[in-house]
Amino acid sequence: MQRVGARPTDDVCQTKSIMIHEFFQLLSGWSSLDTAIAGSAALTAMSCALPGAWLVLRKHSMMGDALSHSALPGVVMAFLFAVSMKQAGWISEAQKDAFLQVFLFVGAVVVGVGTAWLTEWVQRLGRLDSGASLGVVFTAVFALGLLLIRLDVDDVHIDVDCVLFGIIETAALQTVPGTSIPEPVLVNGAIFLINLLLMVLFYKELKLAAFDPGLATSLGIPARGIHYGLMAVTAMTVVAAFTTVGSILVIGLLIIPAATALMLSERLKVVLALSVGVAALSAVLGHVLTLTLPRMIFSRLGYPTIEDAGTAGMMSVTAGMLFLAALFLSPRHGVISKLIHRLRLGQKIAGDDILGLLFRFEEQTAIRPTDITVPDLVAKQNGISPWLMSLSVRRLLRGDYVSRQTTGELILTERGRESAKSLVRAHRLWEAYMAKHFELPDDHLHETAHRVEHFIDDDIQNRLQTELESPEMDPHGKSIPEKTEP
Amino acid sequence: MTVAYHRRPVIWDIDYDAPAGELIAIVGPNGAGKSTLIKAALDLVPKVSGEVHVFGQPYEEQRSRVAYVPQRTSVDWDFPVSAQDVVAMGLYGKIGWFWPVSRKWRKEAREALDRVGLADFARRQISQLSGGQQQRVFLARALVQQADLYLMDEPFAGVDAATERAILQVLRDLRSTGKTALVVHHDLQTVADYFDHVLLLNMRLVASGPTTEVFTEENLRRTYGGRLALLDQVGTRLAEGQ
Repeated sequence: MQRVGARPTDDVCQTKSIMIHEFFQLLSGWSSLDTAIAGSAALTAMSCALPGAWLVLRKHSMMGDALSHSALPGVVMAFLFAVSMKQAGWISEAQKDAFLQVFLFVGAVVVGVGTAWLTEWVQRLGRLDSGASLGVVFTAVFALGLLLIRLDVDDVHIDVDCVLFGIIETAALQTVPGTSIPEPVLVNGAIFLINLLLMVLFYKELKLAAFDPGLATSLGIPARGIHYGLMAVTAMTVVAAFTTVGSILVIGLLIIPAATALMLSERLKVVLALSVGVAALSAVLGHVLTLTLPRMIFSRLGYPTIEDAGTAGMMSVTAGMLFLAALFLSPRHGVISKLIHRLRLGQKIAGDDILGLLFRFEEQTAIRPTDITVPDLVAKQNGISPWLMSLSVRRLLRGDYVSRQTTGELILTERGRESAKSLVRAHRLWEAYMAKHFELPDDHLHETAHRVEHFIDDDIQNRLQTELESPEMDPHGKSIPEKTEP
Repeated sequence: MTVAYHRRPVIWDIDYDAPAGELIAIVGPNGAGKSTLIKAALDLVPKVSGEVHVFGQPYEEQRSRVAYVPQRTSVDWDFPVSAQDVVAMGLYGKIGWFWPVSRKWRKEAREALDRVGLADFARRQISQLSGGQQQRVFLARALVQQADLYLMDEPFAGVDAATERAILQVLRDLRSTGKTALVVHHDLQTVADYFDHVLLLNMRLVASGPTTEVFTEENLRRTYGGRLALLDQVGTRLAEGQ
């Protein structure tokens, strides 16, 4: 592949295109089983995202952790019951599965309500915080479940690995009798639809009980009932997700999509819809990456190719990556938007400082130096980096606040003068205000006023002026510029 | 009425009959049980003994005639809803289960926001409101309930002057339409100006009646002059002994 004389960038480009090529080649092996796995994963994730979003909104995220752990004994008991009923000859092998489903469902509801109730009880009686009491309850109940698995009653073999991490690849192979629909698609899809229906029906009540349970109660809407109901639904969803993703990874599916959605929107309906979308995306993308990434990376590192990297695990990793992306890109809380905001503010302040200084030259309260340009002087005085300063100067020139003379000196335009006047006015009004209300020597006023002046708009200027009874001079005896009427 | 936390009574044997159609201040030092009194009246915390009647009927039957303004800090203001959404919550009892908040109700919510001077903030996410504006949103939420009795927990706490005026105006409007308001109030300077009646509380009812008669230096000394040592001691015994 290495051509003689090829530049290194060509090499990089080529590697990139090879990787993209390999990526699609690996994907071209996509089979109906892959569709079944991705579909099962997506529906599982979507079913978890809805109750999970409410847990996060109610600041009960830890409850998801607790429920997924304490569901274990419920699941094991359901198996034990179903199997021993069959062994006792009460039900046939065919009936066993149906009974098992019912037991699992009942077990989930008991676990959900039971965990919530037990946690509150421990919290009240032990006077512990909710985190501690959750820790007490769910670890104890989870351990009980592990012990029950060890019972190993005859033909009940519950694989611990499978319970903890799920067996989505195998589960997707099982089809509903008489159809080609994979079993998890039916089960988790049904749970998703049930959850969706419940959340649509009780949207208003869930919202109120989450935001202000006190008001809910005083309106006759049972906030506690809704709390327990949500716990039961969550537990049911979690138990249904055990086969596909297991009891550990399901915690991520409950919490991460909602946490991601909350980064991106401040509207509840959008947050809920986004949670479901993020869940589906992380499932499908997770499976795509399972098929491609390990082979592409491990073969390059010289390790043997891994045939079977778990989709369930990759799904959670992908969800985590999406969260990270949202954390950076979020419009309001995002790292990038904060950086941009700070940059803009820095630019404005640097520009303001130039305008203020030029204005003071004009009114001759400051003397223009001959050995240094104005931007350099402002940058030096305020510790502003040269590149931010040059950005600010460009902004001032572009906005027609200043113009550059043939000598290279900056002078105020009419527009710039107005803006500068308002700024100096804000500065001196604030000094006068501080001199009136603060016990401070006069030479301590400038620095604060310099920091605050950028944030004092016309409205506050007017209020300062009224409060100070229209002063003409600031405490240093400099005149406060009149406001120009528009 | 007696209310206890962890079996230690917080308020003892309150027997109070609020005069209808008046603005009543609940005044007392920190830990006097002011909020607890309101919460217990609304069944938000369990009572050890006692009962609450509203306009002659048990409270349970009169829920819709009572509106509650909790302390601003009692909820999470980062919750992803708008001011209008929060105000509409006051209507959920009327809208009933399952039904969505229709245009008619949204309009009512906006009108209530207008009454507290926040018409322009209806679509604003609540975390972007100032503390005073948040308090006014709570007030608007109580207004849409069109109740006859309003229970408010420190609505004047830490608010700006504009909000203080807005709340006071609403209170006076309520009184002029024959409504009753019981307001936990912490600012002794303004009690006489704002309220007709006063209820002085410090673990027990110290005094109650028209502000002009009851809000005296002597009564205030009794209310604020420390907790009753014996009451505290017996309370501790109760908490340990049972």
